Amino acid sequence: MRLVLGSLICFALAAAIGLGLTWLSVSRGFTAGGLTIGAWTAQPKAGTADIDPYSRAVIERNGTLPIGIGDGVTFAARTDDAGHPLDGRCDVMLEGTTPQARFFTVTLYTPEGNLISNILKRSGFTSQELIRNGDGSFRISIGPKVRPGNWLPTGGVERYFILLRLYDTPVGIQTRAGRETPMPSVTRGACR
Amino acid sequence: MIRALLVLFIGAVLGGIVHLGTILYLPRTATNDAYARLTPLLPVNSMKLLPQPTPESAVLPLSDPAFATAACRYDLSGGPLKLLAPVSQAYTAVSFYTRYGVAYYAINDRAAGRRVIELDLMTAAQHAEVPEDEEVTAADRLIVESPTTTGLILVRALSPEPSLMPMAQRAATAAKCQPSEKAK
Repeated sequence: MRLVLGSLICFALAAAIGLGLTWLSVSRGFTAGGLTIGAWTAQPKAGTADIDPYSRAVIERNGTLPIGIGDGVTFAARTDDAGHPLDGRCDVMLEGTTPQARFFTVTLYTPEGNLISNILKRSGFTSQELIRNGDGSFRISIGPKVRPGNWLPTGGVERYFILLRLYDTPVGIQTRAGRETPMPSVTRGACR
Repeated sequence: MIRALLVLFIGAVLGGIVHLGTILYLPRTATNDAYARLTPLLPVNSMKLLPQPTPESAVLPLSDPAFATAACRYDLSGGPLKLLAPVSQAYTAVSFYTRYGVAYYAINDRAAGRRVIELDLMTAAQHAEVPEDEEVTAADRLIVESPTTTGLILVRALSPEPSLMPMAQRAATAAKCQPSEKAK
């Protein structure tokens, strides 16, 4: 009797732990390994046949198609450099440069993966559209209120994340964080 | 006491196995993956321009709104396919995905090095049947081996600024995927 009870508890525990971990890792978008630079993370391997099972489960569940490594690499920022989650009611500044790439795009998404809706119908910039400083660096103001220069409206949404996609870039699986891979800083300003 | 610890320990180990098993098995059970999303939009083995993503809807979540995207849902059971994609003014890339969304090959216009990206897509078995001399005479012929019989091809053309979107869409629309015999 005690054996039966023991195994029942054991199996219940196994199911709870196993399914719980799976649910958590897929819904939170947990991915193994990857490249982290400041607030930015990338999974260059997700664009190859060697994609890790976690990334694979996430893309299958969400119905997305990752960018192939021969095409480009996607960097995501869900927080600012200090670790605060990105809030559409705050001013956020992207400042600096990106690793070498023929083109890049910066796009804002809601946590559900939709584009941010706003009256300007602008949800991102391509590298060619940006107004740059003399040294080639750029500054993008993200926030609810109109800003001079490169402004990306958030429409005041509570949460969003930024995808910075590099196209035709030497950044790949071998890339490590360092001087060769500068990423723009993500700093939070005033909140409303 | 020892017995309780043993139950906990075995439970945790089995839990780990359940977790790994479900993570590995999940891709086979997903009902709303990219292939399923594109199936109602695309006839087999033909290229079609996808609608631009908007805040309300996107055929493929997280697709880049700066690109015009055409897609082809392929089935190689009837023979190899030929893919032709004219390059746009800015940037064009062709990506190949298995039935389960794994990006197994991607190439951009610069790597292809000409005005039209031209690729032959076949399974490993079909590749083995290609006569060797034919492969030699067509040394610049790019052959891509698909790990699965079915899958997806995306042709994506960048619109560097919004006013160039019609140009990017024309480039993506001009892409073709068709059975190799017809292309000859």
